[in-house]
Amino acid sequence: MPIPVAEKIRSRFLSSLIDVKEFRDETTLYIKREDIVAVCAFLRDDEECKFDYLSDLCGADAYTPENRFEVIYNLYSLKNRQRLRLKIFTDESDIHVPSVTSVWPGAAWPEREAYDMFGIVFDGNSDLRRMYMPEEFEYFPLRKDFPLMGIPDSIPLPRK
Amino acid sequence: MTTSYEIEPKKSKILHALEDKDTSAQFTDPLENEMILNMGPQHPATHGVLRLLIKLDGETVAAVVPELGYLHRGYEKLAENCSYHEFIPHTDRLDYISPLMNNTAYILAVEKLLGVEAPRRAQFIRVIISELARISSHLLAVGALGLDIGAVTVFMWTFREREKLYDIFEDLTGARFTTSYTRIGGISQDMTDDTRKSIQDFVNRFPANLAECESLLNRNRIFVERTDGVGVITREQAIAMGFSGPNLRGSGVEHDLRRSNPYLVYDELDFEIPVIPDGDCLARYYVRINEMKESLRIVQQALDKIPSGPVQAFEPKKVLPQKERVYTKMEELIHDFMIINFGVNPPAGEVYHAIEGSKGELGFYIQSRGEGHPWRLKIRSPSFMNLQLLPLLLKGRMISDVVAIIGSIDPVMGEADK
Repeated sequence: MPIPVAEKIRSRFLSSLIDVKEFRDETTLYIKREDIVAVCAFLRDDEECKFDYLSDLCGADAYTPENRFEVIYNLYSLKNRQRLRLKIFTDESDIHVPSVTSVWPGAAWPEREAYDMFGIVFDGNSDLRRMYMPEEFEYFPLRKDFPLMGIPDSIPLPRK
Repeated sequence: MTTSYEIEPKKSKILHALEDKDTSAQFTDPLENEMILNMGPQHPATHGVLRLLIKLDGETVAAVVPELGYLHRGYEKLAENCSYHEFIPHTDRLDYISPLMNNTAYILAVEKLLGVEAPRRAQFIRVIISELARISSHLLAVGALGLDIGAVTVFMWTFREREKLYDIFEDLTGARFTTSYTRIGGISQDMTDDTRKSIQDFVNRFPANLAECESLLNRNRIFVERTDGVGVITREQAIAMGFSGPNLRGSGVEHDLRRSNPYLVYDELDFEIPVIPDGDCLARYYVRINEMKESLRIVQQALDKIPSGPVQAFEPKKVLPQKERVYTKMEELIHDFMIINFGVNPPAGEVYHAIEGSKGELGFYIQSRGEGHPWRLKIRSPSFMNLQLLPLLLKGRMISDVVAIIGSIDPVMGEADK
Protein backbone atom coordinates (compact mmCIF):
# COMPACT_ATOMS: atom_id res chain seq x y z
CA MET A 1 0.00 0.00 0.00
CA PRO A 2 1.71 3.21 -1.10
CA ILE A 3 2.17 5.95 1.46
CA PRO A 4 0.09 9.06 0.65
CA VAL A 5 3.12 11.33 0.53
CA ALA A 6 1.34 14.23 -1.11
CA GLU A 7 -1.12 14.44 1.80
CA LYS A 8 1.67 14.35 4.32
CA ILE A 9 3.63 17.08 2.62
CA ARG A 10 0.50 19.17 2.18
CA SER A 11 -0.37 18.97 5.85
CA ARG A 12 3.14 19.83 6.94
CA PHE A 13 4.50 22.12 4.25
CA LEU A 14 1.30 23.76 3.04
CA SER A 15 2.97 26.81 1.57
CA SER A 16 5.82 24.85 -0.05
CA LEU A 17 3.75 22.52 -2.17
CA ILE A 18 2.85 24.12 -5.48
CA ASP A 19 1.29 21.23 -7.35
CA VAL A 20 0.93 17.45 -7.44
CA LYS A 21 0.90 15.48 -10.67
CA GLU A 22 0.26 11.81 -11.30
CA PHE A 23 1.31 10.08 -14.49
CA ARG A 24 1.69 6.34 -15.04
CA ASP A 25 1.44 5.68 -11.30
CA GLU A 26 4.30 8.06 -10.56
CA THR A 27 3.84 11.01 -8.26
CA THR A 28 5.58 14.29 -8.89
CA LEU A 29 5.51 16.98 -6.23
CA TYR A 30 6.28 20.53 -7.31
CA ILE A 31 8.06 22.23 -4.44
CA LYS A 32 9.06 25.83 -3.85
CA ARG A 33 12.74 26.27 -4.53
CA GLU A 34 13.61 27.75 -1.10
CA ASP A 35 12.03 24.87 0.81
CA ILE A 36 13.54 21.92 -1.03
CA VAL A 37 16.16 21.13 1.62
CA ALA A 38 13.59 21.13 4.44
CA VAL A 39 11.21 18.93 2.43
CA CYS A 40 13.99 16.50 1.51
CA ALA A 41 15.21 16.27 5.11
CA PHE A 42 11.64 15.63 6.26
CA LEU A 43 11.08 12.94 3.62
CA ARG A 44 14.33 11.23 4.53
CA ASP A 45 13.80 11.23 8.29
CA ASP A 46 10.06 10.74 8.63
CA GLU A 47 9.43 7.25 9.97
CA GLU A 48 6.53 6.58 7.66
CA CYS A 49 7.98 7.99 4.43
CA LYS A 50 11.67 7.12 4.80
CA PHE A 51 12.77 8.24 1.36
CA ASP A 52 16.35 7.59 2.34
CA TYR A 53 17.83 6.85 -1.08
CA LEU A 54 18.44 9.50 -3.72
CA SER A 55 18.22 7.58 -6.97
CA ASP A 56 18.94 10.46 -9.22
CA LEU A 57 19.10 14.19 -9.48
CA CYS A 58 19.03 15.98 -12.80
CA GLY A 59 18.36 19.28 -14.44
CA ALA A 60 16.11 20.02 -17.38
CA ASP A 61 15.55 22.97 -19.64
CA ALA A 62 11.86 23.69 -20.20
CA TYR A 63 12.79 26.60 -22.53
CA THR A 64 10.01 28.86 -21.29
CA PRO A 65 10.35 32.57 -20.55
CA GLU A 66 9.61 31.98 -16.87
CA ASN A 67 10.78 29.11 -14.68
CA ARG A 68 13.04 27.97 -17.45
CA PHE A 69 15.09 25.39 -15.58
CA GLU A 70 13.89 22.45 -13.56
CA VAL A 71 15.76 20.36 -11.04
CA ILE A 72 14.32 16.90 -10.62
CA TYR A 73 14.90 14.63 -7.64
CA ASN A 74 14.03 10.94 -8.00
CA LEU A 75 13.77 9.52 -4.52
CA TYR A 76 13.38 5.96 -3.40
CA SER A 77 12.36 4.47 -0.09
CA LEU A 78 14.23 1.30 0.74
CA LYS A 79 11.71 0.57 3.47
CA ASN A 80 8.49 1.08 1.51
CA ARG A 81 9.94 0.21 -1.92
CA GLN A 82 8.28 3.28 -3.31
CA ARG A 83 9.40 6.06 -5.60
CA LEU A 84 8.72 9.77 -5.46
CA ARG A 85 9.73 12.64 -7.67
CA LEU A 86 10.28 16.20 -6.53
CA LYS A 87 10.65 19.11 -8.86
CA ILE A 88 11.75 22.70 -8.37
CA PHE A 89 12.00 25.55 -10.82
CA THR A 90 14.52 28.29 -11.29
CA ASP A 91 14.85 31.21 -13.66
CA GLU A 92 17.64 32.10 -15.99
CA SER A 93 18.10 35.48 -14.30
CA ASP A 94 18.48 33.94 -10.84
CA ILE A 95 19.83 30.49 -11.44
CA HIS A 96 20.58 29.51 -7.86
CA VAL A 97 19.04 26.55 -6.05
CA PRO A 98 19.88 25.15 -2.61
CA SER A 99 22.06 22.07 -2.60
CA VAL A 100 20.77 18.87 -0.96
CA THR A 101 24.25 17.53 -0.22
CA SER A 102 23.52 18.12 3.47
CA VAL A 103 20.67 15.60 3.20
CA TRP A 104 22.28 13.10 0.82
CA PRO A 105 26.05 13.44 0.38
CA GLY A 106 25.63 11.42 -2.80
CA ALA A 107 23.94 14.39 -4.45
CA ALA A 108 27.33 16.05 -4.93
CA TRP A 109 28.19 14.59 -8.31
CA PRO A 110 24.72 14.74 -9.86
CA GLU A 111 24.60 18.40 -8.85
CA ARG A 112 27.95 18.96 -10.49
CA GLU A 113 26.60 17.31 -13.60
CA ALA A 114 23.51 19.54 -13.61
CA TYR A 115 25.77 22.55 -13.18
CA ASP A 116 27.96 21.36 -16.03
CA MET A 117 25.10 20.74 -18.40
CA PHE A 118 22.70 23.57 -17.53
CA GLY A 119 24.65 26.09 -15.47
CA ILE A 120 22.36 25.66 -12.47
CA VAL A 121 24.29 26.83 -9.41
CA PHE A 122 23.75 24.74 -6.30
CA ASP A 123 24.40 26.90 -3.25
CA GLY A 124 26.04 24.82 -0.57
CA ASN A 125 27.77 22.28 -2.80
CA SER A 126 31.38 22.62 -1.73
CA ASP A 127 32.91 21.28 -4.92
CA LEU A 128 30.83 22.69 -7.75
CA ARG A 129 33.08 22.13 -10.74
CA ARG A 130 32.35 20.90 -14.21
CA MET A 131 31.76 17.17 -14.28
CA TYR A 132 32.39 16.17 -17.89
CA MET A 133 33.30 19.20 -19.95
CA PRO A 134 36.76 20.83 -19.80
CA GLU A 135 37.26 23.46 -17.14
CA GLU A 136 37.70 26.25 -19.70
CA PHE A 137 34.46 25.46 -21.52
CA GLU A 138 32.13 28.45 -21.41
CA TYR A 139 28.79 27.03 -22.52
CA PHE A 140 26.19 24.71 -21.06
CA PRO A 141 25.64 21.97 -23.62
CA LEU A 142 22.26 20.54 -22.60
CA ARG A 143 20.51 23.90 -22.77
CA LYS A 144 18.08 23.97 -25.63
CA ASP A 145 19.79 26.98 -27.23
CA PHE A 146 23.09 25.13 -27.49
CA PRO A 147 23.37 23.69 -31.02
CA LEU A 148 23.61 19.93 -31.47
CA MET A 149 26.70 20.31 -33.64
CA GLY A 150 28.50 22.25 -30.93
CA ILE A 151 30.16 25.64 -31.18
CA PRO A 152 33.36 25.83 -33.26
CA ASP A 153 36.54 26.54 -31.30
CA SER A 154 34.75 26.26 -27.97
CA ILE A 155 36.92 23.32 -26.89
CA PRO A 156 40.66 23.98 -26.95
CA LEU A 157 42.54 21.31 -28.85
CA PRO A 158 46.15 20.45 -28.15
CA ARG A 159 48.64 22.47 -30.16
CA LYS A 160 50.93 20.63 -32.53
CA MET B 1 62.41 26.46 -18.17
CA THR B 2 62.33 25.93 -14.45
CA THR B 3 64.02 22.95 -12.97
CA SER B 4 61.43 22.41 -10.26
CA TYR B 5 58.85 19.71 -10.81
CA GLU B 6 55.90 21.80 -11.70
CA ILE B 7 52.94 19.53 -12.29
CA GLU B 8 50.43 21.78 -13.97
CA PRO B 9 50.96 25.24 -15.29
CA LYS B 10 49.13 27.96 -13.35
CA LYS B 11 45.53 27.36 -12.39
CA SER B 12 43.82 24.03 -12.36
CA LYS B 13 40.63 23.52 -10.46
CA ILE B 14 41.26 19.81 -10.07
CA LEU B 15 44.44 20.47 -8.15
CA HIS B 16 42.63 23.07 -6.09
CA ALA B 17 40.09 20.49 -5.05
CA LEU B 18 42.87 18.13 -4.13
CA GLU B 19 44.88 20.60 -2.13
CA ASP B 20 41.97 22.53 -0.73
CA LYS B 21 44.01 25.70 -0.99
CA ASP B 22 45.79 27.88 -3.50
CA THR B 23 48.71 25.84 -4.68
CA SER B 24 51.26 25.53 -7.40
CA ALA B 25 52.32 22.06 -6.23
CA GLN B 26 56.06 22.30 -6.46
CA PHE B 27 58.50 19.77 -5.18
CA THR B 28 61.88 21.37 -4.73
CA ASP B 29 62.93 18.95 -2.03
CA PRO B 30 63.23 15.37 -3.29
CA LEU B 31 62.64 14.05 0.22
CA GLU B 32 59.36 15.90 0.49
CA ASN B 33 56.75 13.47 1.77
CA GLU B 34 53.72 14.42 -0.21
CA MET B 35 53.53 13.93 -3.90
CA ILE B 36 50.74 14.01 -6.41
CA LEU B 37 50.32 11.04 -8.67
CA ASN B 38 48.30 11.29 -11.83
CA MET B 39 46.73 7.92 -12.60
CA GLY B 40 45.00 7.61 -15.93
CA PRO B 41 43.14 8.35 -18.13
CA GLN B 42 45.27 5.83 -20.03
CA HIS B 43 45.88 3.25 -17.38
CA PRO B 44 45.02 -0.45 -17.67
CA ALA B 45 43.75 -0.76 -14.10
CA THR B 46 41.27 2.10 -14.31
CA HIS B 47 38.94 0.05 -16.54
CA GLY B 48 38.68 2.65 -19.23
CA VAL B 49 39.42 6.31 -19.15
CA LEU B 50 39.05 7.12 -15.49
CA ARG B 51 41.57 9.67 -14.29
CA LEU B 52 42.53 9.89 -10.65
CA LEU B 53 44.67 12.51 -9.02
CA ILE B 54 46.10 10.92 -5.94
CA LYS B 55 47.89 12.80 -3.19
CA LEU B 56 50.33 10.45 -1.56
CA ASP B 57 52.00 10.69 1.78
CA GLY B 58 54.71 8.12 1.39
CA GLU B 59 52.71 5.12 0.22
CA THR B 60 49.51 6.16 1.93
CA VAL B 61 46.73 7.82 -0.01
CA ALA B 62 45.96 11.19 1.57
CA ALA B 63 43.32 12.39 -0.89
CA VAL B 64 41.87 11.44 -4.24
CA VAL B 65 40.03 13.42 -6.85
CA PRO B 66 38.46 11.41 -9.68
CA GLU B 67 38.14 13.23 -12.97
CA LEU B 68 35.50 12.06 -15.41
CA GLY B 69 34.50 13.08 -18.89
CA TYR B 70 37.15 11.54 -21.11
CA LEU B 71 34.51 9.38 -22.76
CA HIS B 72 31.71 11.94 -22.68
CA ARG B 73 29.84 11.70 -25.96
CA GLY B 74 26.76 13.68 -25.01
CA TYR B 75 24.19 10.92 -25.32
CA GLU B 76 21.60 12.92 -23.44
CA LYS B 77 21.86 15.69 -26.00
CA LEU B 78 21.76 13.18 -28.84
CA ALA B 79 18.66 11.57 -27.36
CA GLU B 80 16.80 14.86 -27.56
CA ASN B 81 17.42 14.86 -31.28
CA CYS B 82 16.57 11.32 -32.27
CA SER B 83 13.38 9.33 -32.21
CA TYR B 84 12.74 6.75 -29.52
CA HIS B 85 13.71 3.93 -31.85
CA GLU B 86 16.84 5.66 -33.05
CA PHE B 87 18.22 5.86 -29.54
CA ILE B 88 18.26 2.08 -29.00
CA PRO B 89 21.69 1.56 -30.67
CA HIS B 90 23.13 4.36 -28.54
CA THR B 91 22.23 2.46 -25.38
CA ASP B 92 24.60 -0.35 -26.47
CA ARG B 93 27.44 2.04 -26.05
CA LEU B 94 26.70 3.06 -22.49
CA ASP B 95 27.69 0.01 -20.49
CA TYR B 96 29.43 -1.82 -23.30
CA ILE B 97 30.02 -4.86 -21.11
CA SER B 98 26.33 -5.69 -20.92
CA PRO B 99 24.60 -3.96 -23.84
CA LEU B 100 21.56 -6.25 -23.76
CA MET B 101 20.74 -5.02 -20.29
CA ASN B 102 20.85 -1.38 -21.38
CA ASN B 103 18.56 -2.18 -24.31
CA THR B 104 16.09 -3.71 -21.89
CA ALA B 105 16.32 -0.88 -19.37
CA TYR B 106 15.77 1.81 -21.98
CA ILE B 107 12.93 0.06 -23.73
CA LEU B 108 11.09 -0.60 -20.46
CA ALA B 109 11.18 3.12 -19.69
CA VAL B 110 9.85 3.96 -23.15
CA GLU B 111 7.15 1.31 -22.89
CA LYS B 112 6.08 2.68 -19.55
CA LEU B 113 5.81 6.11 -21.13
CA LEU B 114 3.85 4.76 -24.08
CA GLY B 115 1.68 2.41 -22.07
CA VAL B 116 2.66 -0.58 -24.20
CA GLU B 117 3.39 -4.00 -22.82
CA ALA B 118 5.44 -6.64 -24.61
CA PRO B 119 3.98 -10.14 -25.07
CA ARG B 120 4.96 -12.73 -22.50
CA ARG B 121 7.40 -14.57 -24.72
CA ALA B 122 9.31 -11.34 -25.35
CA GLN B 123 9.36 -10.64 -21.63
CA PHE B 124 10.86 -14.04 -20.90
CA ILE B 125 13.46 -13.53 -23.60
CA ARG B 126 14.31 -10.15 -22.09
CA VAL B 127 14.81 -11.80 -18.72
CA ILE B 128 17.09 -14.40 -20.29
CA ILE B 129 19.22 -11.87 -22.12
CA SER B 130 19.43 -9.59 -19.06
CA GLU B 131 20.67 -12.42 -16.90
CA LEU B 132 23.14 -13.63 -19.50
CA ALA B 133 24.40 -10.06 -19.77
CA ARG B 134 24.72 -9.91 -16.00
CA ILE B 135 26.80 -13.09 -16.02
CA SER B 136 28.98 -11.68 -18.78
CA SER B 137 29.47 -8.43 -16.88
CA HIS B 138 30.22 -10.09 -13.55
CA LEU B 139 32.67 -12.45 -15.25
CA LEU B 140 34.56 -9.46 -16.52
CA ALA B 141 34.42 -7.78 -13.12
CA VAL B 142 35.78 -10.85 -11.35
CA GLY B 143 38.40 -11.54 -14.00
CA ALA B 144 39.60 -7.96 -14.14
CA LEU B 145 39.75 -7.72 -10.37
CA GLY B 146 41.97 -10.81 -10.40
CA LEU B 147 44.09 -9.38 -13.18
CA ASP B 148 44.55 -6.10 -11.37
CA ILE B 149 45.91 -7.73 -8.27
CA GLY B 150 48.07 -10.32 -9.90
CA ALA B 151 45.94 -13.39 -10.67
CA VAL B 152 46.22 -13.33 -14.45
CA THR B 153 44.94 -16.81 -15.21
CA VAL B 154 41.45 -16.19 -13.92
CA PHE B 155 41.07 -13.35 -16.41
CA MET B 156 41.77 -15.76 -19.27
CA TRP B 157 39.35 -18.32 -17.89
CA THR B 158 36.51 -15.88 -17.41
CA PHE B 159 37.06 -14.61 -20.92
CA ARG B 160 36.77 -18.16 -22.20
CA GLU B 161 33.26 -18.20 -20.70
CA ARG B 162 32.44 -14.75 -22.00
CA GLU B 163 33.41 -15.90 -25.48
CA LYS B 164 30.67 -18.55 -25.31
CA LEU B 165 28.21 -15.91 -24.23
CA TYR B 166 29.20 -13.69 -27.13
CA ASP B 167 28.57 -16.58 -29.49
CA ILE B 168 25.08 -16.90 -28.03
CA PHE B 169 24.49 -13.16 -28.40
CA GLU B 170 25.63 -13.36 -32.00
CA ASP B 171 23.18 -16.17 -32.70
CA LEU B 172 20.40 -14.31 -30.98
CA THR B 173 20.88 -10.74 -32.17
CA GLY B 174 23.26 -10.87 -35.10
CA ALA B 175 25.97 -8.91 -33.31
CA ARG B 176 28.44 -9.71 -30.60
CA PHE B 177 28.88 -6.33 -29.03
CA THR B 178 26.40 -3.78 -30.30
CA THR B 179 23.30 -5.85 -30.01
CA SER B 180 20.41 -3.30 -30.24
CA TYR B 181 18.10 -6.22 -29.64
CA THR B 182 14.98 -4.77 -28.07
CA ARG B 183 12.23 -2.87 -29.83
CA ILE B 184 9.28 -0.94 -28.51
CA GLY B 185 6.67 -3.59 -27.70
CA GLY B 186 9.00 -6.55 -28.10
CA ILE B 187 12.31 -7.66 -29.49
CA SER B 188 13.78 -7.53 -32.96
CA GLN B 189 13.68 -11.26 -33.70
CA ASP B 190 12.51 -14.39 -31.99
CA MET B 191 14.83 -16.85 -30.30
CA THR B 192 15.36 -19.90 -32.47
CA ASP B 193 15.47 -23.44 -31.15
CA ASP B 194 19.17 -23.64 -31.94
CA THR B 195 19.89 -20.60 -29.82
CA ARG B 196 17.78 -22.00 -27.07
CA LYS B 197 19.79 -25.19 -27.19
CA SER B 198 23.07 -23.34 -27.03
CA ILE B 199 21.83 -21.33 -24.02
CA GLN B 200 20.77 -24.57 -22.34
CA ASP B 201 24.18 -25.99 -23.12
CA PHE B 202 25.85 -22.97 -21.56
CA VAL B 203 23.65 -23.25 -18.46
CA ASN B 204 24.58 -26.91 -18.08
CA ARG B 205 28.30 -26.38 -18.37
CA PHE B 206 28.77 -23.05 -16.65
CA PRO B 207 28.62 -24.10 -12.95
CA ALA B 208 31.65 -26.37 -13.34
CA ASN B 209 33.57 -23.69 -15.20
CA LEU B 210 32.68 -21.05 -12.66
CA ALA B 211 33.84 -23.37 -9.89
CA GLU B 212 37.16 -23.62 -11.71
CA CYS B 213 37.51 -19.84 -11.79
CA GLU B 214 36.51 -19.61 -8.15
CA SER B 215 39.07 -22.21 -7.13
CA LEU B 216 41.76 -19.88 -8.45
CA LEU B 217 40.67 -17.05 -6.17
CA ASN B 218 38.70 -18.13 -3.11
CA ARG B 219 41.63 -19.71 -1.32
CA ASN B 220 44.33 -17.75 -3.09
CA ARG B 221 46.21 -16.14 -0.24
CA ILE B 222 47.44 -13.14 -2.22
CA PHE B 223 43.98 -12.42 -3.55
CA VAL B 224 42.28 -12.75 -0.17
CA GLU B 225 44.84 -10.66 1.67
CA ARG B 226 44.64 -7.88 -0.88
CA THR B 227 40.84 -7.72 -0.74
CA ASP B 228 39.79 -8.79 2.75
CA GLY B 229 39.08 -5.73 4.88
CA VAL B 230 40.15 -3.39 2.06
CA GLY B 231 37.92 -0.54 0.95
CA VAL B 232 35.28 -0.92 3.64
CA ILE B 233 32.07 1.03 3.26
CA THR B 234 29.37 0.93 5.90
CA ARG B 235 25.72 0.37 5.22
CA GLU B 236 24.72 3.94 6.14
CA GLN B 237 27.42 5.53 4.00
CA ALA B 238 26.54 3.30 1.06
CA ILE B 239 22.87 4.34 1.19
CA ALA B 240 23.60 8.03 1.69
CA MET B 241 26.04 8.10 -1.22
CA GLY B 242 23.74 6.34 -3.67
CA PHE B 243 25.73 3.13 -3.98
CA SER B 244 23.81 0.45 -5.83
CA GLY B 245 23.92 -3.04 -7.24
CA PRO B 246 26.35 -5.72 -6.03
CA ASN B 247 28.35 -3.00 -4.27
CA LEU B 248 25.38 -2.03 -2.12
CA ARG B 249 24.54 -5.64 -1.37
CA GLY B 250 28.18 -6.18 -0.42
CA SER B 251 27.55 -3.65 2.35
CA GLY B 252 24.66 -5.60 3.79
CA VAL B 253 21.70 -3.78 2.23
CA GLU B 254 19.17 -6.21 0.88
CA HIS B 255 18.01 -4.14 -2.03
CA ASP B 256 17.45 -5.59 -5.46
CA LEU B 257 14.99 -4.00 -7.86
CA ARG B 258 14.19 -7.40 -9.34
CA ARG B 259 12.71 -8.29 -5.96
CA SER B 260 11.56 -4.99 -4.49
CA ASN B 261 9.93 -3.50 -7.62
CA PRO B 262 9.58 -6.47 -9.98
CA TYR B 263 9.56 -5.71 -13.69
CA LEU B 264 9.20 -8.11 -16.62
CA VAL B 265 8.38 -11.55 -15.16
CA TYR B 266 10.81 -11.57 -12.24
CA ASP B 267 7.97 -11.99 -9.75
CA GLU B 268 7.24 -15.44 -11.22
CA LEU B 269 10.79 -16.66 -10.87
CA ASP B 270 12.46 -18.04 -7.80
CA PHE B 271 15.87 -16.66 -6.88
CA GLU B 272 17.89 -15.51 -3.90
CA ILE B 273 19.51 -12.13 -3.33
CA PRO B 274 23.07 -12.60 -2.09
CA VAL B 275 23.85 -10.12 0.68
CA ILE B 276 27.12 -9.91 2.58
CA PRO B 277 27.44 -7.38 5.41
CA ASP B 278 31.24 -6.89 5.40
CA GLY B 279 31.37 -4.03 2.89
CA ASP B 280 34.91 -4.74 1.70
CA CYS B 281 36.34 -5.75 -1.68
CA LEU B 282 36.09 -9.44 -0.85
CA ALA B 283 32.40 -9.09 0.02
CA ARG B 284 31.73 -7.38 -3.31
CA TYR B 285 33.59 -10.17 -5.08
CA TYR B 286 31.54 -12.86 -3.35
CA VAL B 287 28.27 -11.06 -4.08
CA ARG B 288 29.15 -11.11 -7.77
CA ILE B 289 30.07 -14.79 -7.74
CA ASN B 290 26.84 -15.70 -5.96
CA GLU B 291 24.78 -13.50 -8.25
CA MET B 292 26.11 -15.35 -11.27
CA LYS B 293 24.83 -18.58 -9.77
CA GLU B 294 21.44 -17.03 -9.10
CA SER B 295 21.33 -15.60 -12.62
CA LEU B 296 21.93 -19.06 -13.94
CA ARG B 297 18.96 -20.34 -11.94
CA ILE B 298 16.82 -17.56 -13.38
CA VAL B 299 17.89 -18.39 -16.94
CA GLN B 300 17.10 -22.08 -16.36
CA GLN B 301 13.64 -21.29 -15.00
CA ALA B 302 12.93 -18.86 -17.80
CA LEU B 303 13.98 -21.45 -20.37
CA ASP B 304 11.63 -23.95 -18.77
CA LYS B 305 8.68 -21.61 -18.49
CA ILE B 306 8.99 -19.65 -21.70
CA PRO B 307 5.69 -19.75 -23.59
CA SER B 308 5.32 -19.76 -27.34
CA GLY B 309 3.64 -16.90 -29.10
CA PRO B 310 4.42 -13.59 -30.71
CA VAL B 311 7.42 -11.53 -29.64
CA GLN B 312 5.99 -8.17 -30.64
CA ALA B 313 2.90 -6.48 -29.29
CA PHE B 314 0.04 -5.74 -31.66
CA GLU B 315 0.14 -1.95 -31.56
CA PRO B 316 0.54 -0.94 -35.19
CA LYS B 317 1.05 2.74 -34.46
CA LYS B 318 3.81 2.16 -31.93
CA VAL B 319 5.53 -1.10 -32.80
CA LEU B 320 7.71 -1.37 -35.88
CA PRO B 321 6.24 -3.95 -38.28
CA GLN B 322 8.24 -6.95 -39.47
CA LYS B 323 10.33 -6.27 -42.58
CA GLU B 324 8.68 -8.98 -44.72
CA ARG B 325 5.31 -7.41 -44.16
CA VAL B 326 6.60 -3.90 -44.85
CA TYR B 327 7.67 -5.04 -48.31
CA THR B 328 4.39 -6.77 -49.13
CA LYS B 329 1.55 -5.04 -47.23
CA MET B 330 0.25 -1.51 -47.66
CA GLU B 331 -0.80 -0.88 -44.03
CA GLU B 332 2.54 -1.97 -42.64
CA LEU B 333 4.39 0.15 -45.17
CA ILE B 334 2.46 3.22 -44.02
CA HIS B 335 3.05 2.49 -40.34
CA ASP B 336 6.73 1.83 -40.94
CA PHE B 337 7.04 5.15 -42.77
CA MET B 338 5.21 7.06 -40.05
CA ILE B 339 7.13 5.48 -37.17
CA ILE B 340 10.51 5.95 -38.82
CA ASN B 341 9.89 9.53 -39.95
CA PHE B 342 7.73 10.97 -37.20
CA GLY B 343 8.27 8.64 -34.28
CA VAL B 344 5.87 7.04 -31.87
CA ASN B 345 4.63 10.22 -30.15
CA PRO B 346 3.96 9.16 -26.57
CA PRO B 347 1.64 11.35 -24.48
CA ALA B 348 3.10 14.36 -22.69
CA GLY B 349 4.43 13.39 -19.29
CA GLU B 350 7.45 12.07 -17.49
CA VAL B 351 8.50 8.66 -16.29
CA TYR B 352 11.42 7.16 -14.46
CA HIS B 353 12.01 3.46 -14.79
CA ALA B 354 14.95 1.62 -13.30
CA ILE B 355 16.07 -1.98 -13.55
CA GLU B 356 18.65 -3.86 -11.58
CA GLY B 357 21.53 -3.59 -14.00
CA SER B 358 24.75 -5.49 -13.69
CA LYS B 359 26.45 -2.51 -12.04
CA GLY B 360 23.46 -1.31 -10.05
CA GLU B 361 20.32 0.71 -10.53
CA LEU B 362 20.17 1.54 -14.22
CA GLY B 363 17.40 4.04 -14.73
CA PHE B 364 16.06 6.19 -17.52
CA TYR B 365 14.14 9.35 -16.81
CA ILE B 366 12.22 10.57 -19.84
CA GLN B 367 10.29 13.80 -20.29
CA SER B 368 7.94 13.76 -23.23
CA ARG B 369 6.05 16.64 -24.79
CA GLY B 370 4.04 14.46 -27.12
CA GLU B 371 6.63 14.63 -29.88
CA GLY B 372 8.45 11.84 -31.67
CA HIS B 373 11.63 12.45 -29.70
CA PRO B 374 12.18 12.88 -25.97
CA TRP B 375 12.27 16.41 -24.61
CA ARG B 376 14.77 15.35 -21.98
CA LEU B 377 16.31 11.98 -21.33
CA LYS B 378 18.44 11.39 -18.28
CA ILE B 379 20.46 8.25 -17.80
CA ARG B 380 20.88 7.25 -14.19
CA SER B 381 24.09 5.35 -14.63
CA PRO B 382 25.15 3.17 -11.70
CA SER B 383 28.87 3.45 -12.47
CA PHE B 384 28.71 7.22 -12.13
CA MET B 385 27.13 7.05 -8.69
CA ASN B 386 29.38 4.19 -7.59
CA LEU B 387 32.54 6.05 -8.59
CA GLN B 388 31.51 8.90 -6.36
CA LEU B 389 32.58 6.82 -3.38
CA LEU B 390 36.16 6.40 -4.57
CA PRO B 391 37.62 9.28 -2.49
CA LEU B 392 35.95 7.87 0.60
CA LEU B 393 37.07 4.30 -0.11
CA LEU B 394 40.66 5.18 -0.96
CA LYS B 395 41.46 7.67 1.76
CA GLY B 396 44.00 6.29 4.19
CA ARG B 397 44.66 3.14 2.17
CA MET B 398 47.94 2.10 0.60
CA ILE B 399 48.75 2.92 -3.00
CA SER B 400 48.59 -0.78 -3.90
CA ASP B 401 44.98 -0.95 -2.73
CA VAL B 402 43.90 1.60 -5.32
CA VAL B 403 43.65 -0.90 -8.16
CA ALA B 404 41.95 -3.49 -5.95
CA ILE B 405 39.29 -1.01 -4.87
CA ILE B 406 38.64 0.30 -8.38
CA GLY B 407 38.37 -3.28 -9.62
CA SER B 408 35.98 -4.22 -6.85
CA ILE B 409 33.45 -1.49 -7.58
CA ASP B 410 33.56 -2.41 -11.26
CA PRO B 411 33.04 0.89 -13.06
CA VAL B 412 32.48 1.10 -16.80
CA MET B 413 33.42 4.47 -18.10
CA GLY B 414 31.15 4.34 -21.14
CA GLU B 415 28.28 4.45 -18.71
CA ALA B 416 29.78 6.83 -16.16
CA ASP B 417 30.67 9.38 -18.83
CA LYS B 418 27.57 8.89 -21.01
